[in-house]
Amino acid sequence: MAKRIDISGLNAFYGSHKAIEDISMTVEPRSVTAFIGPSGCGKSTFLRTLNRMHEVTPGGRVEGKVLLDDENLYDANVDPVTVRRTVGMVFQRPNPFPTMSIFDNVAAGLRLNGSYRKSELNDIVERSLRGANLWNEVKDRLNKPGSGLSGGQQQRLCIARAIAVEPQVLLMDEPCSALDPISTLAIEDLIGELKERFTIVIVTHNMQQAARVSDRTAFFNLAAVGKPGRLIEIDETERIFSNPSVQATEDYISGRFG
Amino acid sequence: MSHAPTGVIERPTPASPGPKSSLGSRSLPRLAPLGFAVVSVALGVGVSLAAGWESRIQWGLISALLFLAISYVATTIVENQRQARDRLATSVMWVCFLVAVVPLASLLWTTIVRGSERLDGYFLTHSMAGVLGSEASGGVYHALIGTLEQVGIATVISAPLGLLTAVYLVEYGKGSLARAVTFFVDVMTGIPSIVAGLFILSIMLMFSLEPSGLMGALALTILMVPVVVRSTEEMLKLVPNELREASLALGIPKWRTILKVVLPTAIGGITTGVMLAIARIAGETAPIILLVFGSQLINTNPFEGAQSSLPFYIYEQYRIGEAASYDRAWAAALVLIAFVMILNLVARGIARWKAPKTGR
Repeated sequence: MAKRIDISGLNAFYGSHKAIEDISMTVEPRSVTAFIGPSGCGKSTFLRTLNRMHEVTPGGRVEGKVLLDDENLYDANVDPVTVRRTVGMVFQRPNPFPTMSIFDNVAAGLRLNGSYRKSELNDIVERSLRGANLWNEVKDRLNKPGSGLSGGQQQRLCIARAIAVEPQVLLMDEPCSALDPISTLAIEDLIGELKERFTIVIVTHNMQQAARVSDRTAFFNLAAVGKPGRLIEIDETERIFSNPSVQATEDYISGRFG
Repeated sequence: MSHAPTGVIERPTPASPGPKSSLGSRSLPRLAPLGFAVVSVALGVGVSLAAGWESRIQWGLISALLFLAISYVATTIVENQRQARDRLATSVMWVCFLVAVVPLASLLWTTIVRGSERLDGYFLTHSMAGVLGSEASGGVYHALIGTLEQVGIATVISAPLGLLTAVYLVEYGKGSLARAVTFFVDVMTGIPSIVAGLFILSIMLMFSLEPSGLMGALALTILMVPVVVRSTEEMLKLVPNELREASLALGIPKWRTILKVVLPTAIGGITTGVMLAIARIAGETAPIILLVFGSQLINTNPFEGAQSSLPFYIYEQYRIGEAASYDRAWAAALVLIAFVMILNLVARGIARWKAPKTGR
């Protein structure tokens, strides 16, 4: 199920502006890797390069290699659509499809890919909603519109939608930044359960969250405004938060800058 | 300004009787504007009668100006300058609203009153075959058929064409081709209908084709496509980018994302846009005169032979100049307005039905 990601020498651009520079790291399978760092340092951009969503942005361009179990996502013969089926994504703001019911939202990935059997669909939707800890709250109103749920429920709906297509890797771009503490807790618990099955990468601004949910943490920083973001260090989360090897990381974590 | 630092405290308070309150102040009763309106209309009519002016429009304008002046002055005296300016702005808006609505209501009223004299089942189901202009007989059936067919064909051609163009411009187009398309759509929006008619006429003469409903429909298509493109484009731009990204991130191909996520989200607005475009072309006369030729007979085949259409019928009947033909023209105008009105209502219904649901 879960796959390892090896990134080497990755640069990403918006037009002529270089957003991130020379990033190399390994993301371990069946674990949670957190990206922390100040705003604008390219964490989200980097995350979006991992499922080829960066190139959807006008002017977006990527150089370098992203190996998903030895397959380079940026090989010329790789179809970005297949990549995105393998590497799912949850966004900062919950974005359920407004025209679809809760059921249809979860089923959207399968239906619109055309790769499902009708008899399986009910099971997959139920399994995904259970997986996202949402089933008990919505099982009686699966045909109601997804936009009628609360923010936290919508975000869990989006997670259910993402895991319904059985990706290998799940990318989460600040999934809790628009949510209250209780919904955040629900999602963090969920991340803990999901890492049994998926490789999870999460971008977060909340360092307690990174410390709580992640196994490994990567710290990004940029030299100055307008300069590209870089990976400063990546290590076991415990080490990053107790005894980081780079001074800049310690300064950031202890709140001395950034 | 020697008092500047303490100006707030030393400012003379308006002489207001009654309990002292720092927040409350004297104010006009809620129905005051209505009173102003009555007074100003009375004054306006009085002044106009005294001066011997005949024109009702003049009466109305004088009353409107009086209304603005009276409400401003009265509010300044009773309340204060800021309230007066607020009331002036409100009054100007109301006056403008009335100036815009009165002609519209009057037009609708006249058409309904004069049109309903002849409008009945017979009128809707009979043509003008063998009816003399002065006879109080005949009907609009052939013109109704013509309008329905011509507008129908034009819609069938231009709705998909416009929709696909808009999808290209919003979802795919970048660079010089998209800019060129946008430019030409803008230019096409400004084409007078007679020019579109002449364009198709020149093609018709080039290939020595006969006038028919289809030719008229082609000219209407030229007029309709840019309207559909423009409105659809705006609607597609309103679809949040996050929805496209959410869909793409699920591994859904772009074309399916557009078909199943973007278009359904915008379908309400797109439908309204298409309906408004239909309403626009349903009233076109010039290309019909040139290309469909006009006829008194029922011709249900839009691909062969002359047809009529509602706007053409109105023009034709009005030109005969008999009392009976005037009645027919008004009745046909009422039919045309009803046709457009029904389309609008249908569009609103579809827009409401298809709009993204937000309820719990």
